[in-house]
Amino acid sequence: MSEKKLTQSDLKSIFIRSNLHQGSWNYERMQALGYCYAMIPAIKRLYKGEEQKQALKRHLEFFNTQPFVTAPILGINAAMEEEKANGADIDDGAINGVKVGLMGPLAGVGDPIFWGTLRPVLAALGATVAATGSLLGPLIFFLGFNIVRLAVRWFGIKLGYEKGTSVVKDMAGGALQKITEGASILGLFIMGVLVNRWTSINVPIVVSEITNQAGELVKTTVQDVLDSLLPGLLPLLFTFICMKLLKKKVNAVWLIFGIFAIGIIGYALGWLA
Amino acid sequence: MEINFLQIILIFLVALIAGIGSVLDEFQTHRPLVACTLTGLILGDLKTGIIIGGTLEILALGWMNIGAAMAPDAALASVISTIIVIAGKQDINSGIALAVPLAAAGQVLTIFARTITIFFQHQADKYADTGNFKAIEACHILALFIQGLRVAIPSLIVAMFVGTDAVQNMLAAIPEVVTRGLQVGGGIIVVVGYAMVINMMEAKHLMPFFFLGFTFAALSQLNLVALGIIGVVSALIYLELSPKFNKTAVVQSNAAASAHVDDDLDDELD
Repeated sequence: MSEKKLTQSDLKSIFIRSNLHQGSWNYERMQALGYCYAMIPAIKRLYKGEEQKQALKRHLEFFNTQPFVTAPILGINAAMEEEKANGADIDDGAINGVKVGLMGPLAGVGDPIFWGTLRPVLAALGATVAATGSLLGPLIFFLGFNIVRLAVRWFGIKLGYEKGTSVVKDMAGGALQKITEGASILGLFIMGVLVNRWTSINVPIVVSEITNQAGELVKTTVQDVLDSLLPGLLPLLFTFICMKLLKKKVNAVWLIFGIFAIGIIGYALGWLA
Repeated sequence: MEINFLQIILIFLVALIAGIGSVLDEFQTHRPLVACTLTGLILGDLKTGIIIGGTLEILALGWMNIGAAMAPDAALASVISTIIVIAGKQDINSGIALAVPLAAAGQVLTIFARTITIFFQHQADKYADTGNFKAIEACHILALFIQGLRVAIPSLIVAMFVGTDAVQNMLAAIPEVVTRGLQVGGGIIVVVGYAMVINMMEAKHLMPFFFLGFTFAALSQLNLVALGIIGVVSALIYLELSPKFNKTAVVQSNAAASAHVDDDLDDELD
């Protein structure tokens, strides 16, 4: 029996399919079917008959992580399946163990990097340019994000396949932790900037009216007083209230409706403008 | 503005792509910057589409699906608010204010779609028993299209009726205190997204950088790019100096220092 081996085009095919990873996301097994969908080229290449069915079932088990960091797991699993098809003693538990063991830690890396930093930073940049009506805004965001994403997907699968589980040890080590921490710093810094700059609250309630030496009436509002302390204090307060409520599992949609209600009532009473 | 037949078909397609993007979260076609721009292009007002996209993008900055938690849906909000602004002749702020309830409705629809997809998951199990690859692939793709249709069908309905007098009158009948109040609320609502991002990071020890960014923004005229550079520099300095990432370096410098002491001792003995 000749040795079974995945070809470069099999890896490419896994890469292309992995772009549809979350297509059948459901509340029972989340990304399970999407994971199996991406593994099909490897299963087809490596197994025949009954073994194919076993492999399909193996990869229909529960799976959920940040979608892009699935790439190295797919690569590692492909390498394991290859060894198994060539007679290595790898049971279902070992293959599933890699999936389950990696999805948590990798989500912990992928979420802050991609959802916490890369996307908000590119979106903020794109939105700034888009405010002028320039097509460059959407393009910066769309191209920037997808170039990084596709690179992570392709090299993730390749590295996972070539280096197997040793790639995981590299990840657990300093390098990836450093990138995550650095990305989180940038992400939080930008959030601080945005809370200050890209919010608007104005409390026009007048606290004092003074006629100055030139005989002009000078009104001081609550907002003037707050701004003299530090601009953006009220948005900061609202942000912390939202963080608290979100942590208590309050749905974001209710927060949004609540703030709309505050906006309408506040405007009607003349407290907000 | 009446939307012609060809435009309705194209809006259906763009909404389909936005809906597919929404569940995949890969290509980002569901983000306002992309979906509003495409909808604006179809309705013959690309520039307005881009501006709505930029405005709504900020509002939706932190809307993300982490684990099993669902955020408000940006895809439906993007397509329909752009239709309402351009074809329904509303100003951008009212359009955005109307978009948020739509995002909430979209969240309900996506939860519904993700529940009925359980059916396809079970079908795939059955096809695995018979080793039917084509059918398993079909289950995955069909589920994906349901997610597309969940945005495409409501968008189609809005596109068909937005030009009618009934809808125009309804939009015009919204009292000023509500539209103005929604605008006031819109200025605050962005913080919900920021709060979602900060919570997701779960990095209490890095919160000083949040306050650093806040203060820099409050007390300077620097633009976003300049502030971004300060953020990157802060991150690099932190990584360089944090003992967490420099354990070996500390040991080495200690070794170097003790070697130095040895040298001095040698010199004295000489």
